[in-house]
Amino acid sequence: MLSTLGSIREKLGSGEISSEELVQNCLNTIQGQDEKIGAFLQVHGEKALESAREIDRRRQQGEAMGALAGIPIAIKDNINIEGFHTTCASRMLENFISPYDATVIQKLKAAGAIFLGKTNMDEFAMGSSTEHSALRKTVNPCAPSCVPGGSSGGSTAAVAAGMAPLALGSSTGGSIRQPAAFCGVVGLKPTYGRVSRYGLVAFGSSLDQIGPIASDVPGCAELLQVIAGHDPFDSTSAPNPVEDFSAWLGQPLKGLRIGLVSEFETEGLQPEIQAALTRATAFLKAQGAECVTIQLPHTEYAIPTYYLIATAEASSNLARFDGVRYTKRAEGIRNLQEMYTQSRNQGFGMEVKRRILLGTYCLSSGYYEGYYLNAQRVRTKIIEDYQQAFQKCDLILAPTTPTSAFEIGEKTQDPVAMYLSDIFTVPANLAGIPAISFPSGKDQKNRPIGLQLMAPFFGEAKMLGVADHLHRHFAAPS
Amino acid sequence: MISYEPVIGLEVHAQLQTNSKLFCGCSTKFGANPNGQTCPTCIGLPGALPVLNRKAVEFAVKFGLAIQAQVPARSIFARKNYFYPDLPKGYQISQFEQPVVKDGHLHIQVEGQPSKRIGITRAHLEEDAGQSAHDGWPQSKTKSYVNLNRSGIPLLEIVSEPDLRSPEEAYAYLTELKAILQYLEICDGNMEEGSLRCDANVSVRPVGQEKFGTRTELKNLNSFNNVRRAIQHEINRQIAVLNSGGEIIQATLLWDAEAQKTRVMRTKEDSQDYRYFPDPDLFPLAVSPAMVQAAKSLIPELPRAKYERFIRDWGLPEIDAQILTGDKVLAAYYEQVAQECNNPKSAANWIMTELLRELKSDDRGLDACPINASHLAELIRLIDDNTISGKIAKEVFGEMFSTGKSANAIVEEKGLRQITDESALRQLVENVLAQFPAQVEEYRGGKQKVFGFFVGEMMKATKGKANPALVNQLLRNCLDT
Repeated sequence: MLSTLGSIREKLGSGEISSEELVQNCLNTIQGQDEKIGAFLQVHGEKALESAREIDRRRQQGEAMGALAGIPIAIKDNINIEGFHTTCASRMLENFISPYDATVIQKLKAAGAIFLGKTNMDEFAMGSSTEHSALRKTVNPCAPSCVPGGSSGGSTAAVAAGMAPLALGSSTGGSIRQPAAFCGVVGLKPTYGRVSRYGLVAFGSSLDQIGPIASDVPGCAELLQVIAGHDPFDSTSAPNPVEDFSAWLGQPLKGLRIGLVSEFETEGLQPEIQAALTRATAFLKAQGAECVTIQLPHTEYAIPTYYLIATAEASSNLARFDGVRYTKRAEGIRNLQEMYTQSRNQGFGMEVKRRILLGTYCLSSGYYEGYYLNAQRVRTKIIEDYQQAFQKCDLILAPTTPTSAFEIGEKTQDPVAMYLSDIFTVPANLAGIPAISFPSGKDQKNRPIGLQLMAPFFGEAKMLGVADHLHRHFAAPS
Repeated sequence: MISYEPVIGLEVHAQLQTNSKLFCGCSTKFGANPNGQTCPTCIGLPGALPVLNRKAVEFAVKFGLAIQAQVPARSIFARKNYFYPDLPKGYQISQFEQPVVKDGHLHIQVEGQPSKRIGITRAHLEEDAGQSAHDGWPQSKTKSYVNLNRSGIPLLEIVSEPDLRSPEEAYAYLTELKAILQYLEICDGNMEEGSLRCDANVSVRPVGQEKFGTRTELKNLNSFNNVRRAIQHEINRQIAVLNSGGEIIQATLLWDAEAQKTRVMRTKEDSQDYRYFPDPDLFPLAVSPAMVQAAKSLIPELPRAKYERFIRDWGLPEIDAQILTGDKVLAAYYEQVAQECNNPKSAANWIMTELLRELKSDDRGLDACPINASHLAELIRLIDDNTISGKIAKEVFGEMFSTGKSANAIVEEKGLRQITDESALRQLVENVLAQFPAQVEEYRGGKQKVFGFFVGEMMKATKGKANPALVNQLLRNCLDT
């Protein structure tokens, strides 16, 4: 049983455990298990212990403490922490040490959180299994022959293995919820603009969001509370005031309308996941909620739309990795052209190259109208689908993934099959709405199953409240 | 032989005088240490994001209003994607399909021709790239250096219609544009320092033909004179090619000011696909009616209006009005002199002939002028109230320029006050006539020219201080009776 943020904080507060001991426990777990699991790319143990001791000292002196004072956290390696490497699990950035903090890191520092290290991911967050990391393999702590999911697979594996009670991931098309589902933890993608992207290495700028990962829903809510808010350094961050994300925890479900998506009923859905959905629905009804069927008619276009927009933006976002300054420059180059081609050829992995090529093609003159602009039009349709759906329901309940975690190597040779594992997560990113995946039992092979809730823009609090009920229901012995 | 007509359009990049860069808070000050004015955003570190400088938008809106253009309520920042070592993000944030300013115009004046309206298709905001340095650094033999201080400096790219028909018109357009930018205080207009940069699209067509010829783009025109020379050179080249039965190839040409010729930089075949698309890091730019209204209140009297007023109210010749309004500082100087001496024409003459000549020969700008406007006005007043003659005034002017003293001080110090005492002068006239009886005879015998000789003698006797009109009158009185 993983310890929750709430229980940890209680122990810290009562003096049952010090922050230093807590961090040391995490470091011990990492040392004992990470060789096998591969969640971390860098661990900053000494620095973390030092910060923990400082927090302990301040706590003893009775100083006011931040919301996450002394709590260790793992950070996905595409989020900049000053003085730490930010590799994005790429050869390209192997030697890049960030000179600045992402806004979320500044907020976490202010809240007293302690950074254990940086976690593995698919290179530049492009992938759904963390197998596209150029630096390390990560296995699923709950199913050692399986992938942890991705791209935030290192962060979800770290939480699932008890190496860190909290982690940050990032989501462009499902990169928080999908690995959370595979690893049996809670992962939330906030409303686009709710959390600052400043300092998050961009993949698909109009889709990217940083989000919390924890072992339970209240932990996610508290972590989100710390990182959310308007940021003058991110023009796309929302000026809306931040609500209390824990406000709906424990609130009754009676009268809520929960939507079930008719387009998500596909033959490819693993039977145990369908069963989990049925169980969740039954629970909600029993609690007095109403379950209604809703339509999202453009669902079938979500994956192609996503792969046009995300790759188009990525092709431009990744242009700065050019061998000129902080990125790795190829040896033995003779001219400028070679510097670019060789550095990028050697620095990027296959999947990244594939997506850069796809995106470049999509933006090229003669194709822009047909691909990029049409994809934007479909995206608008998808947003409208959700707006209409939320007329009929408060939240949407759906599977997070069509299957539980797949075997390592199972899909690496078939990119399209890999892309389709994001089929239920991508629409929320395209629509910009918040969504949360929570553990919902296990399948016959004892692999975790995840269900997700989606909410209208800035509807995180209610979504967290309902997710917490469902998570507790599934966690309770049946 | 077919006679050809040139067709010219200019693309001008004006560096906006904001304190900070277009998308980050870094200083725009000139002359800092290489890469000393940079931050994660303007050097394109992974994860850094742009935030738009509202001042730059205000400047663009002011410019749009000044050229009677449309300022759409919504415009879009787009990424222009290309690789170059001094372009740190691998793309430039610019505007493409929906610029902040469109469909404006200005009027140009070429000497001896009626004024002409030149269309301005659009003006858009974009960030500057950094600079590459290929020599002058320790390892320049084997390496190139990049300085990113300029990266992210705001530029307004102003694109004219192909309405210009001669190098002189291009020159006049550029002059007028620079004046407008300076009057608005949004760009210092210094081409030599690169705060104003100009590319020219040039083609020729047989006179009477409507269809444009194939155009070439001229780059590296780093002074006003180079713009004129390079365009003339390119017109001549294109006509020569056509006359010899050749064909113009669409290309980008670099002007070599030293050699006074162009060389090919790239042809159409290797033109790039910039893959423009809306920048997802920046929402569409909204310009509210309130912003437009606020910008309107910041627009001063513009050169064209001043030019017309100087002609209408003060009767200045067109060419004088043109020169005096071409530079904001000069116009302000002139207006102060004209108002203080209450003699706008004389003020114009003194500035155009004496002051500008002296400044030029000293290679000084008006900002370093030793004679302030009040002093010059005082000098003109001294002439107008007959305290000194025009001739003495020139001497006083020279003294003012070299010492910075006021006209009154110099006149008093050197005793240059004009002699207007009629009885004293009559006495002197009588003396002179008595001294030169032979010449008096000649004059009276009909040799009118000798009159000038007497004037000269009178001036000699008074060290030039005699009132010339009075001298003339007295001489005539004595000689003609």
